[in-house]
Amino acid sequence: MPLRNLILLLLGIAALIAAPLGQGNYVIYVLCSWLIFSIAAMGLNLTLGYAGQVSLAQAAFMGIGAYTSALLTMAGWHWILAAPAAMALCFVIGLLLGYPALRVQHHFLAFVTLAFNTLVFLVLRNEEWLTGGSLGLVGIMRPSFLGFDTMPQIHFYYFTLVVFLIVAALFWGLVRSPWGRAFRALRENPIRANSLGVDIRRMTLLAFAIGSSLGGLAGALAAPLVQFIDPPAFSLVHSLKILLMVVVGGSGYFFGPILGAGLVIVMPEFLRFTEGYYLMIYAATVLVLMIFCPTGLIGLGKRIAGRFKGQRVRADLKQGAQL
Amino acid sequence: MAEFLQITLSGLATGSIYALAAIGFTLLWQASQTINFAQGEFVMLPAFFVLIGMHVLGLPLFVAMLFALLLSLILLGAMFKKLVIEPMLPHGTLPIVMATIALGILMKESVKEFYSAEAQPFPALVSDRTVDIFGASVSFQDIANLAISLLVVVALQFFLNGTRTGRCMQATAQNPGVAEILGVNIKRMVLYTFLINAALATVASFLISPIYLAKFSNGEPIGLVAFIAAIVGGFNQIRGALVGGLLIGVVDNLAASYVSAQYRAAVPLLLLIVIILVRPQGIMGKAEGRTV
Amino acid sequence: MAIEEINAGGGILGKQVELTQYDSQSDAQTSRAMVQKAIDDGAFALLGTVYSGSTIVNMLVAQQAGIPQMTGSEAPKITALGNPYIFRTSFGAQKSMPKIAAYLKDEMKVSKVAIAWVNSEFGKGGHDAFVAQMEEKGIEVVADVPSENAQADFASDVVKLKGSGAEAIFVYLTEEESARFLREAKKQGVSVPLVGETTLIGQKVIDLAGDASDGTLGHVSLTPDAPIPAVQEMAKKFEEKYKYRADHNAIKGYIGAYAIKYATELVGELDSQKVADKLHGLTLKAAEHPGVLMDITWDDTGEVSRESFLVGVEGGKQTVKATLPAN
Repeated sequence: MPLRNLILLLLGIAALIAAPLGQGNYVIYVLCSWLIFSIAAMGLNLTLGYAGQVSLAQAAFMGIGAYTSALLTMAGWHWILAAPAAMALCFVIGLLLGYPALRVQHHFLAFVTLAFNTLVFLVLRNEEWLTGGSLGLVGIMRPSFLGFDTMPQIHFYYFTLVVFLIVAALFWGLVRSPWGRAFRALRENPIRANSLGVDIRRMTLLAFAIGSSLGGLAGALAAPLVQFIDPPAFSLVHSLKILLMVVVGGSGYFFGPILGAGLVIVMPEFLRFTEGYYLMIYAATVLVLMIFCPTGLIGLGKRIAGRFKGQRVRADLKQGAQL
Repeated sequence: MAEFLQITLSGLATGSIYALAAIGFTLLWQASQTINFAQGEFVMLPAFFVLIGMHVLGLPLFVAMLFALLLSLILLGAMFKKLVIEPMLPHGTLPIVMATIALGILMKESVKEFYSAEAQPFPALVSDRTVDIFGASVSFQDIANLAISLLVVVALQFFLNGTRTGRCMQATAQNPGVAEILGVNIKRMVLYTFLINAALATVASFLISPIYLAKFSNGEPIGLVAFIAAIVGGFNQIRGALVGGLLIGVVDNLAASYVSAQYRAAVPLLLLIVIILVRPQGIMGKAEGRTV
Repeated sequence: MAIEEINAGGGILGKQVELTQYDSQSDAQTSRAMVQKAIDDGAFALLGTVYSGSTIVNMLVAQQAGIPQMTGSEAPKITALGNPYIFRTSFGAQKSMPKIAAYLKDEMKVSKVAIAWVNSEFGKGGHDAFVAQMEEKGIEVVADVPSENAQADFASDVVKLKGSGAEAIFVYLTEEESARFLREAKKQGVSVPLVGETTLIGQKVIDLAGDASDGTLGHVSLTPDAPIPAVQEMAKKFEEKYKYRADHNAIKGYIGAYAIKYATELVGELDSQKVADKLHGLTLKAAEHPGVLMDITWDDTGEVSRESFLVGVEGGKQTVKATLPAN
């Protein structure tokens, strides 16, 4: 079994390396944003899927990360220093935000982060001296590493891919560490976990802060990709979009958010022929998926694999489309 | 003084409409633990039913409004409950949140594609004449909004506390298990709640659209404010949602005038955070047991 | 429409033009991706985008590829970035604001003015350019009131403006907000003139605000009602073809398409680089090049100079009150 998994993993990585070859700049751009949103969604997955808390501020953390790294690199820092600084800032803000919110009641982190996201938007827009206000920051340079310039789109893709793989590996290790297993225990039965000596609040808080710092990292990658950042790119809508990625892909599964991000970013491409209707089709699909399989696509896949009964779901889709 | 009065009265008129949306929110939460992220779209849509009734079917205004109310009760009330919420209830809150977000997008995009992407004028129920109250000009529309909203809340309170059906609904909201043992038809009570929510959203739509115009994207800000109002006021009390709605309407305007216009949107949010930290059950709410 | 006419007239240099549309959804990141896609698809020139936030992003992509881009955006920053491939089809705010400022000072004799503006990339650019002009002309800004995007209640905004003692209020809001603002202003009985840009006196705002929009004034660079036969004829043809009235964005697109045609013909070959070079400092006279509708000049930054109009709203109709000279 492990050998088969290893081969699959290597095949997956090889596919990621080969993906941009021979593609136009546009396709590579889409692939880059897929990887970046995967990182953000993985961070949220830690908060949501493992610690069971809803955060509606992942886009705000992306924003904080993007602005911090952009301002630092524009001030002459190298990205390799600016990005960790951005992550550290998000981590600290996550702690400060999560501590009081988690003290109160279970689902209140969702409300606090919802408010926080819009507050961050307002600060980014109003504090013009720092953030450039509503006109945003233009001219963010892409980093270069020991002569490897990431300015060409395909170079930037490989740079993003390396960061993505490092994050994925660390995440994998984290989830499987004793620490990560405590998270699982927490999600499955918080009261029992508590009685077994797991400090629920501290664990949840750390999960939220780490998840937020991954949002910051995604932001630090998005800024040099687009080379322009403005406040609307980090508004509440985008937090909901990232949340959608996690839930649609399958929260609590390692590959869930990666799949979900791929779907949210790439699906518009396949549905381009539908023109204005694509958002409607997309929304209807999510609705039907949530109704019939709340555990997301990975959960759906498991269910189909388990029962080997694809026929029933098709009939359901038809019924759902009449909504 | 006239200035302060002007701002406060306008805030109350706006806040009363927020309150209607917030009450619906609260009712759904009580009856089925549904956090309806499409609530703003529920308020946006009935206005377009009216416009369709008037401009496509050629109905007079009042008939079109009845048509819109009926359509809302069917689509936003019964169908929403039956097809969307009911199948998901066993899976907890999060899938419902996701599904209502998707439903909101679906409604918004449908209006944009099938009706219009541009804002539409919407006929006013009352004349836009104004009266002068101690130097503040207040339109009949503002007064009507406030009066209708208060009336609706009073009627709703009376219905919930004074009638048998209303008390059964409350029992269902508080403890469905016990209510069922006592012979309450839970499913029907939950359905009533969804119908009331649809009706409230429709009324809010009729009141809000003449002022804010009917536009597909209106739902987002309305839904957000209703959400904040419901939490601030107290998620488990109808009175709380009313107080929360009015408070947010006034606070928003006062903040714009006396704090900073650039940060006006921040003040209700800060209020929300403070309330959550200091009095998590909301201003009017009763404390609920810890969920963990 | 312009593309169809051009093709019917033999295309550019005998080649038929193919128009591919990409939906940027007024979202900066999407628009960047779309422009990238257009260039990957082998575009010769780009038309759009109107939304300034998108243009600032996607013009970088067009610049890297060396493809001329005709934008309808009005944010001043766009032509200030030194991008040699960007060209406007209508004024940037730094060109239109001096005209309004001159009108306020010379025609309306205003010495104190208040501003209501929407705090977004759209409103911010206009606001900053306007305030700079007011300083230059020595007009005092007595109230400066920003509002939120999609703001519903303008009561406190109007209270502030009304109490400021301004002799005129400059309104720089998007369509629905303009309508809401005008209604609130009417409710509170604001009596000083309300002056704005293209949006304020647009037909959409008039429809939405009803009689509350009567008496407003606005500066427009292009209007289908302009007292210029070529513009009116284009507007008529547009209405026959698409069954709705041409707005300023439609006219911008029309002019943009023709500008690329003429510049390419002047160059004599289908070379994106040479067309971009040619457009700098180019003047196209409407008499010789009817497709641009009015005499138009691009300077070294891609900024445009042209006559424009001051329009007032009376009885729910736009009427052109004055023609303002090119600057």
